[in-house]
Amino acid sequence: MTSPFRTPDGGRIDRATTVEITFDGQTLPGHPGDTLASALLANGRHQVATSIKLGRPRGIAAAWAEDPGSLVQIEAPFPEPMLLATTVELYDGLVAHGLPGQGRLAEVPDSARYDAVHHHVDVLVVGAGPAGLAAALTAARAGARVALVDEQSEAGGSLLSGTDRLDDAPASQWVAAAVAELAAHPEVLHLQRTTAFGSYDDGFVLALERRTDHLGTGAPRHVSRQRVWRIRARSIVVATGAHERPVVFADNDRPGIMLAGAARTFLHRYGVLPGREAVVFTTNDSAYDAALDLHHAGVQVQAVVDARPEGSPRRDECEHAGIRVLSGAVVTGTQGVERVTHALVAPFADGEVGASSAIGCDLLLVSGGWNPAVHLFSQARGRLRYDETLGAFLPGEELDGLAVTGSAAGGFDLAGCLADGQRVVRAALTALAIPPAGEDPLPAAPEAVIPAAPLVLWRVPDTSGAEGSTSFVDLQRDATVADIARAVGAGLRSLEHVKRFTTIGTAHDQGKTSGVLTSGITAELLGIPVQDTGTTTFRPPYTPVAFAALAGRDRGRLFDPERVTALHQWHVAAGAVFEDVGQWKRPRYYPQPGEDMEAAVLRECAAARTGVGIIDGSTLGKIDVQGPDAAVLLDRLYTNLMSSLKVGSVRYGVMCGVDGMVIDDGTVFRLAEDRFLVLTTTGGAAKILDWMEEWLQTEWPDLRVHCTSVTEQWATFPVVGPRSRDVVGAVFPDVDVSAEAFPFMTWRDATLDGVPVRLARISFSGELAFEVYVNPWYAVAVWQRLLEAGRPYGITPYGTETMHVLRAEKGYPIIGQDTDGTVSPHDLGMAWAVSKKKPDFVGKRSFARPANADPLRKQLVGLLPVDRETVLPEGSQIVEFRADGQLPPPPVPMLGHVTSSYRSAELARPFALALVRGGRERIGDTVHVPVNGTLVPVEVTGSVLIDPEGARRDG
Amino acid sequence: MAELLRTHPLQAWHAAFEQLPETVGIAVEPYVAMVDVRLGTVGAQTSAALGADLPTAPNTWAPAGSGRAVWLGPDEWLLTSTTEAPEELEARVRAAVVPLGGSATDVSAQRIGLRLTGARVRDVLAKGCSVDLHPRVFGRGSSAQTTLGQAGVVLLALSDAGDDVVVLVRSSFAGYLADWLLDAALEFTPTPTS
Amino acid sequence: MQLIACPWCGPREEVEFSYGGQAHVPYPDSPAELSDEQWAHYVFFRDNPKGRFAERWNHSAGCRRWFNAIRDTTTYRFERVYRLDDPKPLATELASSRRSTAP
Repeated sequence: MTSPFRTPDGGRIDRATTVEITFDGQTLPGHPGDTLASALLANGRHQVATSIKLGRPRGIAAAWAEDPGSLVQIEAPFPEPMLLATTVELYDGLVAHGLPGQGRLAEVPDSARYDAVHHHVDVLVVGAGPAGLAAALTAARAGARVALVDEQSEAGGSLLSGTDRLDDAPASQWVAAAVAELAAHPEVLHLQRTTAFGSYDDGFVLALERRTDHLGTGAPRHVSRQRVWRIRARSIVVATGAHERPVVFADNDRPGIMLAGAARTFLHRYGVLPGREAVVFTTNDSAYDAALDLHHAGVQVQAVVDARPEGSPRRDECEHAGIRVLSGAVVTGTQGVERVTHALVAPFADGEVGASSAIGCDLLLVSGGWNPAVHLFSQARGRLRYDETLGAFLPGEELDGLAVTGSAAGGFDLAGCLADGQRVVRAALTALAIPPAGEDPLPAAPEAVIPAAPLVLWRVPDTSGAEGSTSFVDLQRDATVADIARAVGAGLRSLEHVKRFTTIGTAHDQGKTSGVLTSGITAELLGIPVQDTGTTTFRPPYTPVAFAALAGRDRGRLFDPERVTALHQWHVAAGAVFEDVGQWKRPRYYPQPGEDMEAAVLRECAAARTGVGIIDGSTLGKIDVQGPDAAVLLDRLYTNLMSSLKVGSVRYGVMCGVDGMVIDDGTVFRLAEDRFLVLTTTGGAAKILDWMEEWLQTEWPDLRVHCTSVTEQWATFPVVGPRSRDVVGAVFPDVDVSAEAFPFMTWRDATLDGVPVRLARISFSGELAFEVYVNPWYAVAVWQRLLEAGRPYGITPYGTETMHVLRAEKGYPIIGQDTDGTVSPHDLGMAWAVSKKKPDFVGKRSFARPANADPLRKQLVGLLPVDRETVLPEGSQIVEFRADGQLPPPPVPMLGHVTSSYRSAELARPFALALVRGGRERIGDTVHVPVNGTLVPVEVTGSVLIDPEGARRDG
Repeated sequence: MAELLRTHPLQAWHAAFEQLPETVGIAVEPYVAMVDVRLGTVGAQTSAALGADLPTAPNTWAPAGSGRAVWLGPDEWLLTSTTEAPEELEARVRAAVVPLGGSATDVSAQRIGLRLTGARVRDVLAKGCSVDLHPRVFGRGSSAQTTLGQAGVVLLALSDAGDDVVVLVRSSFAGYLADWLLDAALEFTPTPTS
Repeated sequence: MQLIACPWCGPREEVEFSYGGQAHVPYPDSPAELSDEQWAHYVFFRDNPKGRFAERWNHSAGCRRWFNAIRDTTTYRFERVYRLDDPKPLATELASSRRSTAP
């Protein structure tokens, strides 16, 4: 296969290798080094798709990320929507088709890897064009830690697209030497195919590296496809170049109309002629290079149409080559359907357009000047200023740690860009106290030809009769001059409002070609200076970034850490069904063959209430509190008195915030006069340690006490049930486990084969129970000893669900489930746990607020469904019938809600805990809970439903 | 009865660690006794009582007997020992620091240590650690309390070349971090299995 | 991703820190002697200035120490950090704003 528009030689493609791609079902040849766009053009194809709203044919209008025309969907080897043909590198087997503005998400999971890497540098240079390379070389030579990132497949920037010479040789030779020199510096990270897409605080830049996209099916599976570089730079040099700006005229969107500089890129970099007969429409000198280069490559340049009345000093060069130059003329419109066939050219003077005539062409090149790519500067909150000569926005202030250079700063001659790149990085190095290298030469560039002043022309007046409705400003949004006129006509003055009214700049390309045009045209329509219109806000990302790349490796099993206890493998082997408790994985229940959760939980509950059960309670938060003032600290933080606790004893306590609402509860062991072990809820472990540290560090630094997390220092196994004494006694024969010698709420130290173990008489079920504490290194061994000893009694491991049923039957609240930050100890019926003796503790003053004594506060009570069958869904609302037995009309007053609800083996019926307004006064009443559209009558009871006398705790 | 056996949280990962190339070696530091030391001021008296110097510069660690003394805060250190049992270490350190107004708590099982060695160690850590670990700023004796992936860690630099780092992580996060490290090391594995 | 300079550990990414609200709001000496309104002011009321604000921060993923900072709420810029035992900033420091907030 041959490509009819491929030049016989030249370009940076690998002509020795041919790859095959499929576009819209058509097989086309190309070469490594091509983009999808250059391959399409090489095969004479300009149209890529149709437009999103109007369905107009659209083609390749630029050569890189600023292209508003060439949206494609990749189908193979890897489905991906919304890419630009101009930025897709070619590889064998690529299958793609054009997109009318909207893509389609892949229907198969993305199996590629993505990752992120943190990197720290002294100097980050963004852009490997002449200015960026000069800057990077100077920084590297000074020994600085440098990162150079560039979005193209190879370094060189504008040098890849032209015929520049440096050191009296093609500029590519200097680029190659610069790249080689950078590679030899160990502290230089040079990344191509890497787009710096966001500039944030304190020198933080995010860059997306496309690592294996260009390898197609050859991409290694174990290497990330794309990588987000999280670069922290002490100094940033932005050398991101400039985007050519079109001029708007009627029917300016046809395939075959492209930016003049893009045509040069396709010619010089990719060896492609974008047409056979060209018209060049310009307002400045830069397009003359395109006209002359295409002419020399064999393109028939029909005319250069220069809007400036005085034309250009380069007119002679063109006419010498036989190219007609029409000064003081503009393109007013075009003809053609799927490809431009004629440019309509008319004289232009003092803003007035004369009669037009058609010039035949299959390529219409346009240049309205250049917009410096100031995105990163602007994202870093840099102010922009409008330059009336260039008709462009330039950096308008100096920023600390971020400098803009080269054509991004409005410099457009090669020698000047090289020198400026070196200048700004030297200033940056000086600020960082890094001395520059002695040897730091710049390549010799030819003396710049001073160009004639450009004409700032946003749009050609529409003489077609369409009143601007075919004069496209944003091709991706099908938004026109007429749309801007409508916005202004509707009274909009702010460019941000115009943007939202017209949607200009909101598409895939984020207004790279349309943004400044909109500023200019809006200013014109409002009759105000462009400086006053300004630009819309530049926001990251500079180019689209896939969510998969942002997610990186935080997906699948690395999405959220799973915290596990020392017994986790045992639980897995025992067939546990797990529950997430914060980040912890806790066994919820251990089903036996054929059991569902309800059956398993009824069995586990029965074992704990009639025999013996055992649970892994290791996730309970534990804090070691040490020091002479340890008791003082606890007295200030708990609502009850802890200083009176005797060594060897345990006390339950409640903590409140300063607002008097419960934040956590748990037991406290007094280990020594100056040492306590504080237990918190599983979820409260980190919070309560932080709470203690906060008070100690910020309020009471005089207290001689230290708090240390020991949550994972102690594996904790409650052994629960009437036979627990037999089990613990068997494993620890040296410990007298009788009720007299080892009373409720005390602890004892023991050893097991020389390993220290702590035992405690604590019950979260109301049953006789022992808690066994041991270093988790020995957790599996001790757990197995307990199971072994319990086998004669049918010891039953149980999970969190059974634990919840057992505690709820006793009315023990779970902080965070039965409370929600608005519940006081009194609301929970725990006035007994609030000291009246202590002069103060955190929360005490709030208890004296009148609101706290309101008898209508929500209080924790029990609920018993009258039908003895319905398990009330947790979170259900509670309502009350009127005296006449009818439900009040909406809005029905809410009495409260169900906080915990289970089926009880012991009670042989479902039950619930609930927060009910004035609940304790309502004990004995019947209220109603809507469940699946019916109102279930429930009896309000006290919260303790089993063994209210506490007769069972000693066995 | 038989002696009580110990079980390491990363027992199930040993085989995977052994498959790693030399450029990213991961070795578990088994069963190290550790004590959290709190002390307002340190000086010659502390060194004499402890038989080791507690480093006072933030983000540093120093050898201490058979183990290490790691700065955790202006009044907090992690002191480790490979020759004492946890309860022995706690008792010895408590006896030394309590008279000086300090405290000491056995935290041997709170964290596990992983030693990462090889030329790619920095590349692996850079995938999830925002602290600059370049040898110019993180040479031997440096430490950092920070996050690696989504786990809180303490990093200790054991060499000046950035190729020998100990990662201390909470035991309950050990499995997550081991998975995370193996995944991060995958691209440096010559013959990946997945 | 902003950097916050922990007075001990040095600059770290902001995600290592947790916010502790307004600084220099001490726990009242004798809560019992306060009126309900005075107590409510301690519990619920905090300043919300435009400009410099003295705040508490905690290096929660690092050394777990609390410290204070003066931050400009219009620019997010941390003007300085200081330790809890450093003197309370003068009103003049909080009143002046170094950087113009005009767009």
